[in-house]
Amino acid sequence: MIQILTKVAAVKYSELAERVGYSITIDQNNIAIFKLSNGMVRAIENRSPHPKGGVLSEGLVSGDYVFCPVYDWRISLIDGKVQAPDEGQVRTFSVEVEDDIVYIII
Amino acid sequence: KKKLVMIGNGMAGIRTIEEIIKIDPDKFEITIFGKEPHPNYNRIKLSNILQGDTTFEEIIMNPIDWYKENNIQLFTGEVVSQIDVEIKQITTENGRKVEYDDLIIATGSNSFILPIPGTDKKGVTGFRDVNDCEMMIKHSKQYKKAVVIGGGLLGLEAARGLLNLGMEVDVVHLMPHLMERQLDPTASTMLKKELEAQGMNFLMEKQTVEILGDDHVTGLRFKDGTEVTADLIVMAIGIKPNIDIAKNSNIYVNRGIVVNDFMETSIKNIYAIGECAEHREIVYGLVAPLYEQGKVLAGHLCGSTPAPYEGSVTGTQLKVAGVDLYSAGEIFEDETTQAIKIHNEFDGVYKKILIRNNQIVGTVLYGDTKDSTKLFRMLTKKEDVSGMTSVSILQSQDGSGNSNDVAEMPADELICGCNGVTKGAIVEAINKQGLTTLDQVSHCTNAGRSCGRCKPMVSQILAHTLGDKFDSSAAQKTSICGCTTLSREEVVAEIKEKGLTSVKEVMNVLEWNMEEGCTKCRPALNYFLGMIYMDEYKDERDSRLVNEKMHANIQKDGTYSVVPRMYGGVTTAQDLKKIAEVAEKHHVPLVKLTGGQRIGLFGIKKEDLPTIWEELDMPSGYAYGKTLRTVKTCVGAQFCRYGTQDSMALGIELEKKFERLDTPHKVKMGVSACPRNCSEAGIKDIGFVGIDGGWEIYVAGNGGVDLRPGDHLMTVKTQEEVMDITSAYLQYYRETANYLERTSKWVERVGLDHIKEVLANDETRKALNERMDKTLNRYIEPWNEAVQSEGILQKYYAKHKILAGSESK
Ligand code: SRM
Ligand SMILES: Cc1cc2nc3c(=O)[nH]c(=O)nc-3n(C[C@H](O)[C@H](O)[C@H](O)COP(=O)(O)OP(=O)(O)OC[C@H]3O[C@@H](n4cnc5c(N)ncnc54)[C@H](O)[C@@H]3O)c2cc1C
Ligand code: SF4
Ligand code: FES
Repeated sequence: MIQILTKVAAVKYSELAERVGYSITIDQNNIAIFKLSNGMVRAIENRSPHPKGGVLSEGLVSGDYVFCPVYDWRISLIDGKVQAPDEGQVRTFSVEVEDDIVYIII
Repeated sequence: KKKLVMIGNGMAGIRTIEEIIKIDPDKFEITIFGKEPHPNYNRIKLSNILQGDTTFEEIIMNPIDWYKENNIQLFTGEVVSQIDVEIKQITTENGRKVEYDDLIIATGSNSFILPIPGTDKKGVTGFRDVNDCEMMIKHSKQYKKAVVIGGGLLGLEAARGLLNLGMEVDVVHLMPHLMERQLDPTASTMLKKELEAQGMNFLMEKQTVEILGDDHVTGLRFKDGTEVTADLIVMAIGIKPNIDIAKNSNIYVNRGIVVNDFMETSIKNIYAIGECAEHREIVYGLVAPLYEQGKVLAGHLCGSTPAPYEGSVTGTQLKVAGVDLYSAGEIFEDETTQAIKIHNEFDGVYKKILIRNNQIVGTVLYGDTKDSTKLFRMLTKKEDVSGMTSVSILQSQDGSGNSNDVAEMPADELICGCNGVTKGAIVEAINKQGLTTLDQVSHCTNAGRSCGRCKPMVSQILAHTLGDKFDSSAAQKTSICGCTTLSREEVVAEIKEKGLTSVKEVMNVLEWNMEEGCTKCRPALNYFLGMIYMDEYKDERDSRLVNEKMHANIQKDGTYSVVPRMYGGVTTAQDLKKIAEVAEKHHVPLVKLTGGQRIGLFGIKKEDLPTIWEELDMPSGYAYGKTLRTVKTCVGAQFCRYGTQDSMALGIELEKKFERLDTPHKVKMGVSACPRNCSEAGIKDIGFVGIDGGWEIYVAGNGGVDLRPGDHLMTVKTQEEVMDITSAYLQYYRETANYLERTSKWVERVGLDHIKEVLANDETRKALNERMDKTLNRYIEPWNEAVQSEGILQKYYAKHKILAGSESK
């Protein structure tokens, strides 16, 4: 199956607040964008891998992790992996930042 | 540096590494492989997890950071598949190759699975690791009937756990008696009776020959042809040492990997330790002996010629609530033994002590095990008892275990069986290192770090050693979360001393091991700072959890609820109209009277919150916060014929004064105008009941998880006094409670009388009131603030949408 990758200008870097999720829908994808305290920007699917689901954008951000706000799962913003003892993985999106524009690759 | 590689990341192995680091931290470059995807955890406590007394976080013994701090290379979830003894190199299933100078095999064991048909069906498990636990817990949610095969330690602990998980449990046992290797028939009969009373059903002298079912188990068949149904089968008949990897590299194995008194295997530079090792024909299955082995091996590897390991006598107990048993050494009389026996059927106490040539060689205790440490010492030390009377051997110190017992206790008495820690070692650690808490003692001496059974004894010793310096509440301290070892008291003290002013600063200065903390400590620290710097502190919104951050309660589908204030449960036609109009206009999915005498709007989208707040134009009811929730009132004297006081007026005054105040946990109040108590003030954090000429004040009620009626704090005459006491009481709670400790738990911890004393002192009360008022000044209404501030709206409530015409598949 061919995958057409598109690079979408999502938000101004300067508009992102540190450690606060920025939720955005790009076409049919609900995405949560996070600016970490080290300045890096990460993007993951805005849906907890917990069987009962729930959003992630409102979760507490700590280092490279976000805590699922509804069930408190710890999720890596780098590879989307849920940390032990829980299991699962969220889809991650690669991010590019070019002069104050944050691009999401879909 | 020599290269030390260890296969197995479990209890015995890691303890050995800890001992090595104690002796010579720089001797080795250490690499560890563990099959399980976790750092070393307390396997013993899996029983407690299953029984619902603890969580996985709490049983992790060596967090990832411990490995980092000691520069240990850790590969979790990676199985070592081969040892090439010629070139001294191991290979993992992922094809990773690592060379070693010394190699430790600490692969433990697996659950022994009966070699019968059907064990591969879904719903069959052993009881060895977290996975097994999670599997059982998952199953208990969908199914109801469990069968545990094996009536030994593991089986019975598993069975108890499954009962707690709400399953029906049969225990199948091959022998006529439970735990026949540790107990004599008398004791095991008593045990069986107790467990039956707890709801276990036993199928004795049954040999399982087949597991029934197609894809998933449906039951099992016994040799005698009978069958029972089962949705879940737990095999707990024993353990099988993990020796394949050693076998494949021609290391000499028997039942386990055979080692000498220094844990050396048949091949040079390769050592084995733990449940995979066999020493003098014995494979041990309890941590105590394994930890002794670890000490010896560590000493040997570091060249500090330790005394050889000559085997251990082990003592056993069962970790099942309501069962108190202990067994060590021999359990059966023979013609060469003399037995002391006490059997008090009325109190359900049984004690048997076996003596041979004036030495204790075994003991079985049921129902009262206070003497176990003393007897175990006499047994291991082979003390001569010829001088003693049976009474003096068996005299049990009084139950309360008051500190004279520990006073009399000889220094070499073993306190922590699992870790071989004596009273002397504990006392020395306390004095030398100025320890004051149970946690500290455990960290320094290891006492209590395994099964935890010795903790009460350890804290007695702590109390006795510290004398009047001992502070019981502090001693029970536990760190506020995994990110630090500091307790609430210590953190608060440090913040004040060092003048720390932000969450980040606290974490840096106090060396948090997780840089930006977790969902436990971030909100807690934010609260402590706000409590300490009453008016200056700038609240850190992003350290609050979703509900408080959003000023609305998140629901399972990601929508929110809106619950406006309705002071004292009293409303007006206009307010009801406003609510009605908003609900109609925005098609609010659910409008409901909450349990707190007000109206809730449920199922509202994040981006609609601000508009709705604006249109409602009512203050937030904080139905989502660790703060004053509601003050329920009854109509009282204004209308009710029995009313003796104006309950609505008091309720409204209270709610208006204390709304928005940050508290360690939520606080709820109720005000009734007479003892009929229509506002349920008796189950509120603070409740007020009007009587002729005054108010009765009740505290520490709770209507939630642990239903608890309030205690009568005092009776006062005027409304002014009510406000004065309430304010002081609340402030004292704010200053001394643990974060997320409801008032009911707090009062039980610090004691009602203590609180009465504090409040009795006019000076203190005045000071508390002043600090409260100072704090109350800082709050502003959050919904209106959001509506007014473009910044907040953008940051927290905006939703964004872009069409890019991308096709993501
Ligand atoms: C809305 C309401 C149920 C209702 O429809 O009536 C409610 C809803 C929730 N309660 Fe409650 N409680 C509500 C009255 C109560 C009451 C009754 C009362 O307040 O008189 C109790 C027992 C009284 C008590 O607290 O002592 C109660 C005991 C709890 C508890 C257990 C607290 C405890 O210490 O045991 C929790 C869990 C917690 O707070 O940690 C809880 C937690 C919750 C949460 C916040 C769970 C959560 O975090 O999502 C629920 C939010 C639902 C939502 O989507 O907004 N709720 N909850 C009630 C709101 C009252 C209000 O107007 O503020
Ligand atoms: C439910 C339960 C309750 C218990 N209760 C008690 C009690 O009350 N008191 C008591 O003293 N003892 C108790 N025990 C026993 C105690 O837990 C064990 O004796 C102890 O854990 C053994 O330690 P170990 O390091 O030898 O093995 P383990 O702790 O099992 O560690 C071995 C580790 O090595 C890993 N491993 C195996 N093969 C490989 C490989 N090829 N490559 C990489 N890694 C590998 C395994 O996955 C495992 O993580 C209990 C055990 C259980 C399961
Ligand atoms: S009792 Fe409270 S917490 Fe439980 S479901 Fe009902 S509202 Fe939610
Ligand atoms: S006796 Fe088990 S931890 Fe101390």
